[in-house]
Amino acid sequence: MTALPTRKLEAWHYTDLRPLAAISFAPPPAAMAAPDLPGLPFPRLVFLNGTLNAALSARLAYARPFLAPVAAEAEQQPLAQINAAETRDGINLDIPAGAQAGEILLVSQAAGPQPFAFHLRHRIRLGAGARLTLVELAEGEGVYWHNAVFDIALAEGARLQHFRLQRESGEAFHTATLRADARAGAAYEHFTLTLGARLSRTEIEANLLGPAATAHLNSAQLLDGAQHGDFTTAIRHKAPDCPSRQTVKSVLAGHAHGVFQGRIEVDRVAQKTDGYQMSQALLLSQGAEMDIKPELQIFADDVKCSHGATLGALDAEQLFYLRARGIPEAAARQMLIRAFLEEALEPVTHDASREWFEAALERWWRRR
Amino acid sequence: MSTTTETAIQELADRKYKYGFTTDIPMEAFPRGLSADIVRLISAKKGEPDWLLAWRLKAYEAWLRMEEPHWARIQHPPIDYQSLYYYAAPAKPAPKSLDEVDPELLKTYEKLGIPLNERAALAGVAVDAVFDSVSVATTFRETLAKAGVIFCPISEAVREHPELVRAYLGSVVPAGDNYFAALNSAVFSDGSFVFVPKGVRCPMELSTYFRINARNTGQFEHTLIIAEEGASVSYLEGCTAPMRDENQLHAAVVELVALDEAKIKYSTVQNWYPGDAEGRGGIYNFVTKRGACRGRNSKISWTQVETGSAITWKYPSCILQGEGSVGEFYSVAVTNHHQQADTGTKMIHIGRNTTSTIVSKGISAGRSNNTYRGLVKILPGAAGARNFTQCDSLLIGNECGAHTVPYIESRNASAKVEHEATTSKIAEDQLFYCRSRGLSEEDAVGLIVNGFCREVLKELPMEFAVEAQKLLAVSLEGSVG
Repeated sequence: MTALPTRKLEAWHYTDLRPLAAISFAPPPAAMAAPDLPGLPFPRLVFLNGTLNAALSARLAYARPFLAPVAAEAEQQPLAQINAAETRDGINLDIPAGAQAGEILLVSQAAGPQPFAFHLRHRIRLGAGARLTLVELAEGEGVYWHNAVFDIALAEGARLQHFRLQRESGEAFHTATLRADARAGAAYEHFTLTLGARLSRTEIEANLLGPAATAHLNSAQLLDGAQHGDFTTAIRHKAPDCPSRQTVKSVLAGHAHGVFQGRIEVDRVAQKTDGYQMSQALLLSQGAEMDIKPELQIFADDVKCSHGATLGALDAEQLFYLRARGIPEAAARQMLIRAFLEEALEPVTHDASREWFEAALERWWRRR
Repeated sequence: MSTTTETAIQELADRKYKYGFTTDIPMEAFPRGLSADIVRLISAKKGEPDWLLAWRLKAYEAWLRMEEPHWARIQHPPIDYQSLYYYAAPAKPAPKSLDEVDPELLKTYEKLGIPLNERAALAGVAVDAVFDSVSVATTFRETLAKAGVIFCPISEAVREHPELVRAYLGSVVPAGDNYFAALNSAVFSDGSFVFVPKGVRCPMELSTYFRINARNTGQFEHTLIIAEEGASVSYLEGCTAPMRDENQLHAAVVELVALDEAKIKYSTVQNWYPGDAEGRGGIYNFVTKRGACRGRNSKISWTQVETGSAITWKYPSCILQGEGSVGEFYSVAVTNHHQQADTGTKMIHIGRNTTSTIVSKGISAGRSNNTYRGLVKILPGAAGARNFTQCDSLLIGNECGAHTVPYIESRNASAKVEHEATTSKIAEDQLFYCRSRGLSEEDAVGLIVNGFCREVLKELPMEFAVEAQKLLAVSLEGSVG
């Protein structure tokens, strides 16, 4: 197996995979008993311990058989390389041009007596003008490593809304590498909510290949205890007139460690690029740590690119304002934190999904 | 754009680098190349004590084990460290007073706008003139001595004030800190030494003027500035070099130490030869600058205007250790033609209630690349720490690159860090506004650029601010259109 990346690599400076390397993972055990599935009213594709469960999954007209990737050596990132070598299953969606594919719920559940690893490989193709909302849930129990790769291709004018809820087991490792290519006028709208896993990293590479393609990559992570959450993005503007938006919010309690690395690359040809990125972190306790590395790499002159980053505690004045109006401290804090997260949730415009994410946030708050 | 403007711009672009002349005086140089023997020779030449030679040799050994860093966004052919001269100095023995300085050298500095004759000198600025590897003159020494301020070449300080040098040398930038610092520590030949004793406010601006003259030499100066409790000092440095087709290496180290309530302001106007329009020649400016705010409420402020050098690799930093200490970094970096700059700062917050401000303005034109790279690090003990960072980049022309790579690390919940960065070009409406009021395109760009840099330029001491504004205009000549 390809070696795991170490902190010596610039891209892994803030995320140490040694805890992952220290565990020897067995192949995934057979699926568990009938799981609890989320009540979202969408057609479902359910993976149990890394294998598609046909009985629990809908038969979709757009679904194609799993496609094994080409040679692992072709992969650039080490984790994608490992995935290419080890993968056994994943979705393969082919939405034809003009199709309105509605919503699909992608579920991954994992549980087993011993540490195990699975490497899902998903391929999603949208034809010209096609639309899809993909809502994703990753959860489980015990020690495992969920290492997913998404290959997404959006033809002219296609639009994919991709909303992900990561609430893996507190002992689990979650790594996801997403690549999205957007042709002219296509839109990739992404939101990841990170609540679970002992160590997680979501790495997104969005390539804007045609004029007026857009990428919206948002994330919120709420971490506690000794959790480590890493959200890493690269948006490559390779065509003119493309807007890109990123809002990343981190709420860190306990000794949690949050990471955000976001790079905006603008090629010579990508004139009239409009790139915006905002990352903000709230440190709720002494011992929490946040590392931010926003990066601009710009080779075109007629562009507007900006990034902002703020790190700090909850604003004492705002808290005081609410408390002075009779709101108990805990409720006031929750209210401010919820307001802090609002902007990140923006892409989630779909009503049912929105409520589902709100409920997940609520649950995180109650659990604390 | 009209043909007349184009011609005018072309003419401006072809105008020569103003400081590109050479001075023809007899020089003494050691053989090319670097070895332990060369290090010993330099040390012997300076009549150094054993501890300093041992320190140099340790640095040399560390350097041998190190690799040249490659993480910066700069490209250059490999440097052949064995083809350089590590020591070059005017052959005449060191002058005892200004009257004995070689008239040829005095003329050189006069041409550079730095008169060393005290009567003609800028009132209120004491100058230490460093020519290749040695200091050739230091003005206003008596006036400073009366106030108790020591301002002299570091080689002299080693002889006259060994206890001070020994106590502080390498305490901020250790000999093995990085590749270029290790190289510098092994072969440094001169640099300035400033000591401002307890409670003294330095009566005048101190300044060092660095001039590279000899061919194939590297310049390696080591500057050490110490401000004791309650002391304050403002220090300026300027740099120029002749125009040559080959690249020359400048690897300096600057260490600042501020004790309780002390203030050090360090300003740089860097105008090393940047190479020609095709990217031939120019200085490789690989510099390590670091200040330690050791005392309570101490303050270190870096201001730099970087217009010269083929390559700039430089990150003036502050270690904010003392409670309530303050670090500042104001920077304008201009690159044109084939210049490359990878510059920024590090603010390490260790003590409680430490604050830092970073304002960086990068301007890229021609086919140049300009990178801001910075680190703001809040350690767990830095309760109440505060940082504000602003990085703006301006692109002129579509063949250049502007890059921003900030690292922000916070490990204290009560710290507050804010960072913002923007990249844009000169707005057409601003240009149009100026043009319609009769300004030439060149002047309009100059005006807008000066406005863009204003927050930094206003931090410079007055004499330098004027100089810096002129320099900005010259550096950008030929970049519009």
